Amino acid sequence: MNVLEISRFAVRGLTANKMRSVLTMLGILIGVAAVILLVAVGQGSSDAIKQRIQSLGANTLTVSASFSGGFGGPAGGRGGGGGAAGPRTQARGLTLEDARAIAASGDAPSVKSVSPVVTSSSATTTYEGASHSISQVVGTYPSYFEATNKPVTSGAYFTNQDVTAVRKVVVIGKTVADELFGQVDPVGKKVNIQGAAFTVVGVLKESGSTGGQDADDIAVAPLPAVQQSLTGYGSLGSIVVQATSAEATDAAEAEITAVLNERHDITGNATADYRILNQASLQETVTEATGTFTVLLAAVAAISLLVGGIGITNIMLVTVTERTREIGIRKAIGAPRGAILGQFLIEATLLSLVGGLLGVGVAVAGSQFTIAGVQPVLVPQSIVLALGVSIAIGLFFGSYPANRAAKLRPIEALRFE
Amino acid sequence: MSETAEGTATAADPVLLIRDVTKVYGEGEAAVRALRGVSLTVEPGDYVAIMGASGSGKSTLMNIIGCLDVPTAGTYLLGGVDVGALDEVRLARVRNRRIGFIFQSFNLIPRMSALANVELPLAYGGVRAAERRRRALAALGLVGLSDRVRHQPNELSGGQQQRVAVARALVTSPTLLLADEPTGALDSTSTKDILAIFDRLSLSGRTIVVITHEDDVAAHAKRVVRLMDGRIVDDRRQAPVDGPPPLIDDRSSTGAMSER
Repeated sequence: MNVLEISRFAVRGLTANKMRSVLTMLGILIGVAAVILLVAVGQGSSDAIKQRIQSLGANTLTVSASFSGGFGGPAGGRGGGGGAAGPRTQARGLTLEDARAIAASGDAPSVKSVSPVVTSSSATTTYEGASHSISQVVGTYPSYFEATNKPVTSGAYFTNQDVTAVRKVVVIGKTVADELFGQVDPVGKKVNIQGAAFTVVGVLKESGSTGGQDADDIAVAPLPAVQQSLTGYGSLGSIVVQATSAEATDAAEAEITAVLNERHDITGNATADYRILNQASLQETVTEATGTFTVLLAAVAAISLLVGGIGITNIMLVTVTERTREIGIRKAIGAPRGAILGQFLIEATLLSLVGGLLGVGVAVAGSQFTIAGVQPVLVPQSIVLALGVSIAIGLFFGSYPANRAAKLRPIEALRFE
Repeated sequence: MSETAEGTATAADPVLLIRDVTKVYGEGEAAVRALRGVSLTVEPGDYVAIMGASGSGKSTLMNIIGCLDVPTAGTYLLGGVDVGALDEVRLARVRNRRIGFIFQSFNLIPRMSALANVELPLAYGGVRAAERRRRALAALGLVGLSDRVRHQPNELSGGQQQRVAVARALVTSPTLLLADEPTGALDSTSTKDILAIFDRLSLSGRTIVVITHEDDVAAHAKRVVRLMDGRIVDDRRQAPVDGPPPLIDDRSSTGAMSER
């Protein structure tokens, strides 16, 4: 009596009641497919978010003015002494001098480039008959393009000469180009932004929409040009700093803090009037968050797998009861206990294995489609795990009914009607 | 038949040796004494009918002989082997190799062809597929069902189903054929067929024990044992052990002889 023989009995047992077998498999199928698919969705959204952060620029730190310092909450709590309670210096915005200080400082070896940024939102722009409101007009230095990972597809960046000469040139995003120019090549054309004429010198590569915001609805021009015609010469919106490498971002953050603390007279417990957004640490946080999210999804899916397993126990118990007489006959003609145990165990495992394999098929097919705006990314480990778990479920949840079948006494089983 | 070699090896021992076997169901006040000390010896080649009204303990005796139940007290030797001392794995092997069961309600496994049903004991006995098929087909031929091997039980008449069951019991060449009311669920024609098969098997040297309450069935046996209230009350020999069964039909005996 070999395993193959027993397996054949098991298959015959399953095919004898096809509808029931299929429905039981469906439970496992849904469980396995859900686990794989939801993990894939989690992975997909995590990848998408990571990519989005990367597209903001690698190794960059964004320094922006912070006005929350005036509340003094965290500082007061920590300080406890008299110093923190006193009137703090007026919160100051970031200035071009701050940016220059960071760039010029010999104390900041981890900083590769510094780009002061001013932004103007909803700038009405016209070209010939067409009109479009650009959601973000950025005034900055050429280093901004590299720091924020914005390559051009046609034309070129503006240069440092353009900045010093206050030339009215602009690099526009894909959306702006489409809205104003359609099929026409925008490079070299003059557009009118809030009444000031700018010459288009380049078009940025499409970077896709991030969340609700269209990252391609942008125009980038030399800092003084934007200040002159759009924002005025006030404080900077932010300073984008590129670190020399991904590892150097933390060091760069410390260096910037040191420079700015000195310039803004921030000592001891006083709250800084600026904050630094570290791309690397942001990415870390987001990765952690999406990891938790994926685990949560998988856990929900695992519950359905468990329910499918209980379904197997249920149906196998019914099968054993239904076939008590058959089991009695088999035992009377000399089936050893192991053969009966094996037969029902294999029946249960086949149910879960076939269900699991079909579930993998469904998950792989389903992952080809975008689900809730996320392109799922299959994680091979999740397939192996889900399949392994489904087999284990068959063995585990099938062992109780199979054991009951094997323990039946032939004389009682034969008497069973 | 080369398979009988196993049977002749134990020919020195009686096929059945039952000594003072008792069986009590339940405990205390509610105890039912189904067997009150039964002793029985069956020699190889004998054809024994065990008779008794319902409640006489014949079913209990049949379960004990068939190794489906264990006696409360007493010894039971099957082919010289003390069955009471065997564990469950060995008991399964004994049921498989030494005993061929024939039940009143046929007890074929549904949705399996006649051939598969007959092959089943061989499959559990670990016989290789080709050999299994050969022996199963031979056994089905012996009961005259060569043309029905692919049919499932529900496509066969009662008589045909019982003949499949006989083939299944025969296929392992057991030491003992044990039939429990084999004709109880059959019409008179099928009954005649089955009894003729038993006669032929007896003629070819098989040891047969039939449990029955019908005198017509018992008339075919070489020896009739009557049970009443858990005791043997009558043990009558109708034909010698090494002779032919008393009611053998001479027309069919020629076929049976050629089988031997």
